Amino acid sequence: MRRHLHYFEVLIFVVAMGAFAFAQQPATKTPAPSPAEAQGGRSHRPPAYPPHPPSPPAEVAQGKQLFEANCSFCHGADARGGETGPNLVRAQVVLDDQKGEIIAPIVRNGFPDKGMPKFALNDGDIAAIAAFLHNQPLANRGAPSLLDVLVGNAKAGQTYFSEHCTTCHSVTGDLAAIGAKYDPKTLQNLIVSGAAHESRRRGPATPKVAPTTVTVTLPSGKTVTGKLDHLSAFVVGLTEADGTYRSFARNGSVPKVVVHDPLQWHIDMLSKWDDTDIHNLTSYLVTLK
Amino acid sequence: MTKTIKLFLAPLLLILPAAFLCQGLNPASLLKPAINSWPTYAGDYSQQRYSHLTQINQSNVHTLTLAWVSPLTAGPGGGVRTSIGGVAEHPVTIPGSSSGSPRLAGSILQVNGILYISSPDNAWAMDALDGRILWHYWWKSRGATHIGNRGMAMFGDWLYFETPDDDLVSLDAKTGKERWHKEIADFSQQYFSTTAPVVVGDHLLVGTGDDLDSPGFLQSFDPKTGDLQWKFFTVPMKKGDPGLSSWPSLDAAQHGGAQVWMSGSYDPETHLYIFGTGNPTPAYTAKIRGPKTYSNLYTCSIVAVNVDTGKMAWYFQTSPDDTHDWDSTQSPVLVDGMFHGKPRKLVIQAARNGYFYVLDRTNGKHLLTSKFSAAANWAKGIDASGHVDRNPEKDNTVPGSLVSPTNGGATNWPPPSFDPQTNLFYVTLHEGYSMYYLTLKDPRRLMGLGGSEQDVVGSLGTFIAAIDYQTGKVVQKWRVPGSNIGFGGGLTGLLTTAGHLLFDGVDNDLVAFDVASLKPLWHSHIGRVQNAPETYMLEGHQYILAAASGSVYAFCLQ
Repeated sequence: MRRHLHYFEVLIFVVAMGAFAFAQQPATKTPAPSPAEAQGGRSHRPPAYPPHPPSPPAEVAQGKQLFEANCSFCHGADARGGETGPNLVRAQVVLDDQKGEIIAPIVRNGFPDKGMPKFALNDGDIAAIAAFLHNQPLANRGAPSLLDVLVGNAKAGQTYFSEHCTTCHSVTGDLAAIGAKYDPKTLQNLIVSGAAHESRRRGPATPKVAPTTVTVTLPSGKTVTGKLDHLSAFVVGLTEADGTYRSFARNGSVPKVVVHDPLQWHIDMLSKWDDTDIHNLTSYLVTLK
Repeated sequence: MTKTIKLFLAPLLLILPAAFLCQGLNPASLLKPAINSWPTYAGDYSQQRYSHLTQINQSNVHTLTLAWVSPLTAGPGGGVRTSIGGVAEHPVTIPGSSSGSPRLAGSILQVNGILYISSPDNAWAMDALDGRILWHYWWKSRGATHIGNRGMAMFGDWLYFETPDDDLVSLDAKTGKERWHKEIADFSQQYFSTTAPVVVGDHLLVGTGDDLDSPGFLQSFDPKTGDLQWKFFTVPMKKGDPGLSSWPSLDAAQHGGAQVWMSGSYDPETHLYIFGTGNPTPAYTAKIRGPKTYSNLYTCSIVAVNVDTGKMAWYFQTSPDDTHDWDSTQSPVLVDGMFHGKPRKLVIQAARNGYFYVLDRTNGKHLLTSKFSAAANWAKGIDASGHVDRNPEKDNTVPGSLVSPTNGGATNWPPPSFDPQTNLFYVTLHEGYSMYYLTLKDPRRLMGLGGSEQDVVGSLGTFIAAIDYQTGKVVQKWRVPGSNIGFGGGLTGLLTTAGHLLFDGVDNDLVAFDVASLKPLWHSHIGRVQNAPETYMLEGHQYILAAASGSVYAFCLQ
């Protein structure tokens, strides 16, 4: 598993942090990965596919020069395809090649029927080109975005804030200088998620949010309130204010269980957001420094 | 072999061809599996995961109790009687594969009272009466994506399973010793193999996966020798191939993905093996896969291939030009039933993209498309031909788009179930939301799964949904308590039974539901449930089998 996004379990551990793409979805797994692991750290695991042995930087640099002079016109300066030539980084011959041995006959013979001419390059040159190609990253998975997400209208964001957010939030209170605490993308994710629930807390530090609480009303009419610890169709567990842990068996609607989620507004908004409002709010909140 | 099983098998043995007078599994029996077995990935070829057994039913399910539990340990150090295979000189060490608790996220076969269990790089045989481990096999891995293993196939006395680093391994079911192994995909192109192979007659159907712009394919091997019978590519690979006009170039098609990483269904009448294909690659941009008029065949499709010839009979594309890595590999379920007043032979799929499809399985004719995830917000609507019209504003964008489903999809590998008593299709459903960010502007750089960051920002919950296939409407929905507020929501796949029960793993509980009301009736807190529950008769008892936290659990009535 290069990156983890556990199917149906995402909320347990991922909010306001990278969620991890995978064509196939991992099975449920216990325990949840550490934040470093979930962010692609995986330092304790070998790479899933062993990379080509690293080549000396000088050889890679020489290969880059040779590639630019001979190949980039068709295949692009980064070998990821150009106007006429295909992407070589993901080409089967390049993936199978080790040190130029498979690439060499293709370079020397060309593909005349496909418009690729012959190149008179020696073994050392082709080995250098191979080193350059093998040095190209394969998929860019996990590369953090360097792109600017700030496209919104801060003024419109301020208006939205004053109309929708001030029941719970204040730019001079809980959100004071929020724009200095988070990068714009993290801040934008927090606008939607509201922040991580305590049990979802992973990744970068997120604002402190009041815990989710629960009130259990027993058949006798007695009520017990505390911080929600766990909830299933069969059991509800909570921690009372004095630290006492209590749990109750559930049988349908008995006892009555009412959960108070401080982020309920954010959950209710999920299906209602307009992306433009999200972008505008982000552009406004980043100005609070 | 016990007396009871002998008595049960006696009539079956009479019809076996001479070559299969053995303890193992006659492939002909897969056409109508015995109730005392679970002999193939989904129990049978229809993938309904519906059992006719009634011993465990609504009136007595509250007395369902543990028969035995058997913990397993992966790797060479943990098993009893471990035999070792594999070609890696320096096998990689991966927790759950070379050591530790295995991830048992696949189907478990039960044939003649023996269970056959697999996880990435590991296989076991176990006595189904008490969970005693009979043998263990461990494969030395070269690496690859160790995401899961969906189970084994059986033919006669031989077992088959796929390794993450792309070998098909055949074992002797009696001893666990390797008969042969055969490379089924190119490791250097970053293929990885998780699929449960499926035996159909003298064909062994084998799928595989990849996340690096390599072409998808389904292969058929001779179960006896491991020789390749045919290989069907799911994308055009040369000039003149059908579907090529749906790609901007042959190079784009050859790198277009459409992996076959889940087991298909089989229709004995038409000899069609019906399976779903994966997403197009590069996954997160349509730009180098052509403008919107290019549909990228046969990605995100339900495809029917004749098992005898390896030729495609028909296809239906569920998600033309997908941009979210939402493949359509989810189990296609075969149902013979009424559709709008006429008896029809159907294939039904609830896809990762949040939409539900009903086709005529004899010819691929589209009958119905509906949205089964209310949250799915990535499309403008459904066109006249039943295809979902993608909204480009909900692609990965530089400033971010709020999109449902999340990368894992509205549903995924956890198997659905069809109950002919309620006439409803049951599926696990996740209504989550992510912010989808495009992280690279040059589309040439978005190889494989690169170029996207997806940050989960919330969920409306995780559900079991019951769908009326004639209308496509969700008629019953059970939400995992707390799954909308960050307290759980892991569902592992469904089983329905003639006892009017539905079983599912829900986080750390194995749960039995009233199949009509979806009211929970029974549960056992067995640890993180990892696979879809199964059932069979053994020695007069109906068993419910499930894996949790690396252990196998068997339940029967007190």
